[in-house]
Amino acid sequence: MLSPKSLLILLMLLAATALNAAEYLPWSQQNFAIDSPLGGFIGNPERGRLLVSQKSKGNCLACHRLPIKDTEFHGTIGPELTGVGNRLTMTQLRLRVSDEKQVNPFSIMPGYHSDPKRLNRVRDDYQGQTILSAQEIEDIVSYLVSLK
Amino acid sequence: MRPLVKPLMNLLGLLTLLFMTCSLQALEPISGTAMLSPEMCDMQDDEFANPGMESVERGSVLFHTVDDSEMSCAQCHGEDGAKVDRTSVAAFPKYNREQQRPITIQDQINICKEERMDDFPYLYGSKVLVDLESYIRHLARGEVINVKTDGPIRPFYEEGKKLFETRMGQLDMSCAHCHDYYPGYWLRGQQLGQGQSNGFPTFRLSTQRITSLHRRFTECLGSFRAAPYDPGSTEYINLELYVTARGNGLEIETPAVRD
Repeated sequence: MLSPKSLLILLMLLAATALNAAEYLPWSQQNFAIDSPLGGFIGNPERGRLLVSQKSKGNCLACHRLPIKDTEFHGTIGPELTGVGNRLTMTQLRLRVSDEKQVNPFSIMPGYHSDPKRLNRVRDDYQGQTILSAQEIEDIVSYLVSLK
Repeated sequence: MRPLVKPLMNLLGLLTLLFMTCSLQALEPISGTAMLSPEMCDMQDDEFANPGMESVERGSVLFHTVDDSEMSCAQCHGEDGAKVDRTSVAAFPKYNREQQRPITIQDQINICKEERMDDFPYLYGSKVLVDLESYIRHLARGEVINVKTDGPIRPFYEEGKKLFETRMGQLDMSCAHCHDYYPGYWLRGQQLGQGQSNGFPTFRLSTQRITSLHRRFTECLGSFRAAPYDPGSTEYINLELYVTARGNGLEIETPAVRD
């Protein structure tokens, strides 16, 4: 049925999709919240705690203060996130991390899992990708919701 | 009398709101130097300690060097730039009638090179042009920036402002997000400034190099993962015009020292 050549191309395409971890998985919001987990992934708060301080990943600390003592120089641009689990629910946090501009259109905060088609002048090496993968969003959300 | 009080109070509230919005728009320019640590401030002020002075000195050599056409900048503009008009330096970018666009100091050097010295222009943003610009701006150190924004230059200024406020890149931010809304706030260990251009070309300690304004634009765009424009492009020149005019009233501090 499939020639060896087309099979190879198909395999390469599949591999490329798997490597491209930051593929956009569409979501929809209701009442300023995303009810279902992105891509159906289950978040891991331990991984989330690491992602929020990694500069190449969430880099949340660049703008927000968090109860993470082993990293210094937390930013002051965004609100303090200590206790954010008391103020916002998991579904509300999911929307704010995925695309804060749905809540505040003027926000400086990047959409970490928003539709790449809506972006302007993206550098070639980041074309068509989201900043964080669906799994990484779930990890961060599960960590934030634990901050009580 | 009494029924008048409520509408009057409403009007007062509206006026306060309007005033607040307007005062947010009209930014009082503050040089990035105001945010430096005392040590870095001393380094910037001390011509022997300021690493940007190397660029100024290289520029000085170029300024006095006689080229193939047996001419040098110094022949017209004086030994040690004695005849350089400091007020004019502080007015760049300015509108050029022949080219019908704003021109920068680097453009002006190339115009001299082509028209007066009958020579080839330098590549925009090249080390030679950046060093010459450092030298010329350093001659005008302390001069108050006074860039014209009315008349034929206005549309270019508006374009620059538009670009300043346009979201770009994967991080979907504009220059205005950091430099209009959050000056004084901390981004990790770095305090955000107003993004003023009065100290450019600037020596950056983090990259250990003299950095032209257009290179800085590229670095900023790169940090929000946007495709940069070319040095000397229409977009960057318009942006330079807007950013510099936004700092009208500040003193030239070239070469500034930054992290």
